[in-house]
Formats: sequence, structure tokens, C-alpha cells
Amino acid sequence: MKTILIDDEPLARSLVREYLEAFPHIQIVEECNDGFEGLKAVTQHQPDLIFLDVQMPKINGFEMLELLDQPPAVIFTTAFDEFAIKAFEAHAIDYLLKPFSQERFNKAVEKWQQQKDQAELIKNTQALLQTASTAPDRQDRIVVKIGTKIRIIPEPDILFLEADDDYIKVYTPDGAFLKSKTMSYFENSLDPKKFIRVHRSYMLQIGQITRIEPYEKDSHVAILKNGAKVPVSRSGYAKLKQVLGL
Amino acid sequence: MANSPFALLRFRVYFLGGWLAWALLHSAVLYWFNLSYETAILDSLMSNALLGAACWFISSNLQYYRPGQARLLYFGIWCLLLSGVWLLVLQWLLPLVIETEPSYEQFLNKSLPVRFGIGFLTIGWMVMLSVLWYSQQDQKQSEQRQADAEKLAREAELFKLHQQLQPHFLFNSLNSVNALIGSRPQEARRMVLQLSDFLRGTLKREEHQWVSLNEELEHLRLYLEIEKVRFGHRLSTEIDAEPECGPLRLPPMLLQPLVENAIKFGLYDTTDGVTIRIEARCRAEMLEISVQNPYDPQTAVPRQGTGFGLSGVQRRLYLLFARTDLLQTHADNAIYTTLVKIPQLL
Repeated sequence: MKTILIDDEPLARSLVREYLEAFPHIQIVEECNDGFEGLKAVTQHQPDLIFLDVQMPKINGFEMLELLDQPPAVIFTTAFDEFAIKAFEAHAIDYLLKPFSQERFNKAVEKWQQQKDQAELIKNTQALLQTASTAPDRQDRIVVKIGTKIRIIPEPDILFLEADDDYIKVYTPDGAFLKSKTMSYFENSLDPKKFIRVHRSYMLQIGQITRIEPYEKDSHVAILKNGAKVPVSRSGYAKLKQVLGL
Repeated sequence: MANSPFALLRFRVYFLGGWLAWALLHSAVLYWFNLSYETAILDSLMSNALLGAACWFISSNLQYYRPGQARLLYFGIWCLLLSGVWLLVLQWLLPLVIETEPSYEQFLNKSLPVRFGIGFLTIGWMVMLSVLWYSQQDQKQSEQRQADAEKLAREAELFKLHQQLQPHFLFNSLNSVNALIGSRPQEARRMVLQLSDFLRGTLKREEHQWVSLNEELEHLRLYLEIEKVRFGHRLSTEIDAEPECGPLRLPPMLLQPLVENAIKFGLYDTTDGVTIRIEARCRAEMLEISVQNPYDPQTAVPRQGTGFGLSGVQRRLYLLFARTDLLQTHADNAIYTTLVKIPQLL
């Protein structure tokens, strides 16, 4: 059994390492300081289980999981308040609130061992990622992967989003990036004061609009600062009018 | 502003019902005095319509203005005035409409004093009811306001406690202590003591008691020592304060959020070692403290205004000094600087 510890505090990792001595069949194949390292290590080693902190440099634990095609089973180790953790309580194998005891730790690992069905675990992790978007912390950026590179798109650079089959195309001044998510995910996770869904397949940043023009019967088109045209449906136009106070 | 009683359907129904009963009684009395019932009904309808209008007028009027003093005089004058006007209109209008009975005008003139009395009492009664109603509404509103204010104060107090304790910092530190106990018990002990000193210092600080820069920096050093244990080699700090600034005073816990912010920003935005630089200088009657942290210009979300976490500091400075220019931030060359100026009040 392989595991990876991902936490930016060396002492927190050493504690997990110490507690893991009670499980000699679980091997720590790597320890990582941040989400970037974590991502690389998980892709490389394909561990059975990871211990993951939430608040970490560059990309947080959730963002890291999002970027994995096949996320492994996860036990969160975090000092987050309990209310924040409620959101993903149902789906993670377990979460350990720092500081935690050996007994509590053992329970979490045993719980994982008992869940033999790996497919079930993966489903759980994916469900977790869906609910994580409803956690109180809103996203002010989108993290995407291009090949092996990771790109962090800060909120102001997001022009608009376009639904494309199972993907969302995130349009930025530097081009479009794919993210395997749904529109409703972004409706929940992006700041609703800045982003508005103007069409079944389009969502745009309100501050990017320069003008709105009528387009065919009953529909409009929003023209953004960089010249891009985004279709606006009838209900989307009503929403826009309300937000812009027209 | 209080709601008018007529805003409620219930009260409109009561008012209309009362008015009908009153008008009926009025016509019955006139009929008793040997007037034909057409005349009695006409007289009653017109007098009471006008009286009702007067009542409605005074009640609405009271919605907008009720005197604080000399209330009786004010209300009395209104009642007299309204009933007088009402009577004059009746005296002019009724004979115009009711021409059938020759004796009617004589009867009307004779009954004027009685009518005046009844009008005065009716309007007075309406005034009383309205005043009662509006004072009750006012009281309800002020109770509500008080309850809201208390709730706000409680929430603010809780928020402050939460801020003071910094649960995230506290639990992560305890976790580090937990890890150290197994491997390096001496260091664990040292960290427990540092943590206790820091917490004690935090709790001791009172909102209104300013502290000297030396005390505040001492407190910050404790905090930074603990953070260094947590983040190990990644975090280093430089504190550079001109010695003559040491005794200058500043509001307590003002620097803490700035340093916390710098650590968070520095540590979570880069993956390399992070140096937090704190500098203190004194200018003419002004204590200037700057906090610097490195950041990654590639990924940092450009922050508007003074950025997250700093708005509380900004607000506090405004409340203390009524100035908005005391907190400045700027970013260049991958270094983010927060500069705070504290006027030295003598």
C-alpha cells in the first residue's frame, strides 16, 4: 500500500509519519510541501491513499484534487473550523481536525481499509469535489492543467466561460483553457456579484462587458472589452438588466 | 416612521363600521326630533362624511408630526379648529342641499352648539386613539432597534473573540506541539510556553489602551517564533526598528493583522523561502511601520484597494484618526509592502 503526505508544515507531516508507524504495510512513497509537488507525486506514484492538507501554497488541496484525472482515496488533515468541513464530511473517507490523536488517526485509516471497493472510493472523492464548491470559501481563481503544466487563472483574467460537452472552456486574454466541470459548478463557486450566467452555455464576467446589442429575434449579444461576442438568451438578458440596473 | 392605523384592513373595517353606527344613531336622533327621515338621513350622511374626513385628516396628520411638549394644547387647538371648520361648512352646506322643510334651517341653527360639542368630542377621541396607536408603534420600533443593536454588539464581540483567538493559527500550532512531543520534547515545551505567552499577551490587550512599539514588537516576535516552528526553514523574519521609536505608542493589535496577512500572502503564494521584513521609523510626530512580503506576480490576484484582511485595519484607523490615508500598500519587484502611519497624539 502506497501513500503520500501533502502538507506545507514539516511538523504536521512528521506527526502523520509517526502515527503511520502503527501500519507497517502502508509505505510513504513521498512527502510534499505544496499542491504542485503533490500533483506530480500522485501522478507519478499512483498511491492508494493520500493525506492532504487544505490550506497550502499556490494551489489548495481541493484545487489539487480537481486537477487529478483519477483522484486516490483522501484523508484530509486540516485545522479548518468544523462548519467549513461539514460541506465535504459526507464524501471524504475521513477528515482529521488538527490536532488529532493516534486513536483518531487509526480510526480513519481503518475506515479506509474497510472500504475495499475502490470504485466506491473514487466515486466518493469525485462527489466530494462537487460539494467542495459549496464550501464557504468562494473561488477567486480557476486552476487548469495544460499537459504537465499548471496554470492559475486569477479572477480578473476570466473573460467568459463556454460549455462544450463535458468541459467548460475558460476564455482569458491568453486564450481558452479546458476544465472538466459543469456550468452549475461555476455558478456556485465564482462570485455571483461578478459572474452571471447569461445563456444555457455561457457565463461571463460582468465587468468585461462594453456593450449589449440586439441579435436576431428575442436574443442579444454581449460584446466584451477584447471584442469577443457572447450570446445572451432572453432570460439571461433579463438577469443582466437587473444586475446592471437598467 | 410609524404605520398609519388605516394601513391595516382590519382598522379600515372597524373605522367604517363605527362610522356607520354613528351615522345611524345621528339620523335616529334627528328623526326623534320630528324631522322627516329623508332629511334626517341626508343631514346625518353629510355631517358624518365631513366628520369622518376630519378624523381621517387629523389621524394622518399625527402620523407625520407629534409634538414632544405641550401636547394637550396642540391637540386641543387642532380639535377646536377642526370642529369649528366642520361646523361652518355644515352651516353653509346643509341648507343648500336640504330645502324641503322650512323649519330645518331654524332647527340647524339651534342645534349648532350640540353639533359642535359632538364634533369636538369625536375628533378628540380620534386624536387620542391615534396618539395611543402611534406611541405604541414608536415603542415597538425602538424596542426592535434596541434588540438589533444588542444583537449586532454581541456578534461583534463574538467576532472579536474569534479574531483574538485565531483558531486556525492556534490549532495548527497545537498540532505542531503534538508532533514535537514525540520527537523533540524540549522544543515542544518551549513552544507551549511561547504559545502561552502569546495568548496571554493577546488577552491582556485592551481596545483602548495603547501600547509602546517595543511591547508590540515583542508580542509580534512571539507570534513569529511560533510561525517559524510551524513552517520551519521556509519562514524567516527581519525586524528593524529605529531605537528612538521604541517608546512611541500605537493602538494594540494593529500590526498583528498586517503581519498575519504578509505571512499568509507570502507563504501561500510562493513555494520558496519567505522573508517577512518589518521596519519602524519615526517621522515628525508620526510612527511609520512597513511590513514586506515576497509574492509571485504571475499568480497573485491583483488586489484592489488595500486587499483582503486589511480592511479591518483601515476601518480601525479611520475610527481612531478620521483619516483614510494612513494605510498604504504597493507592490513592486515581487515585494508587497504595507505601510501604516500612526499619528502620535500628545
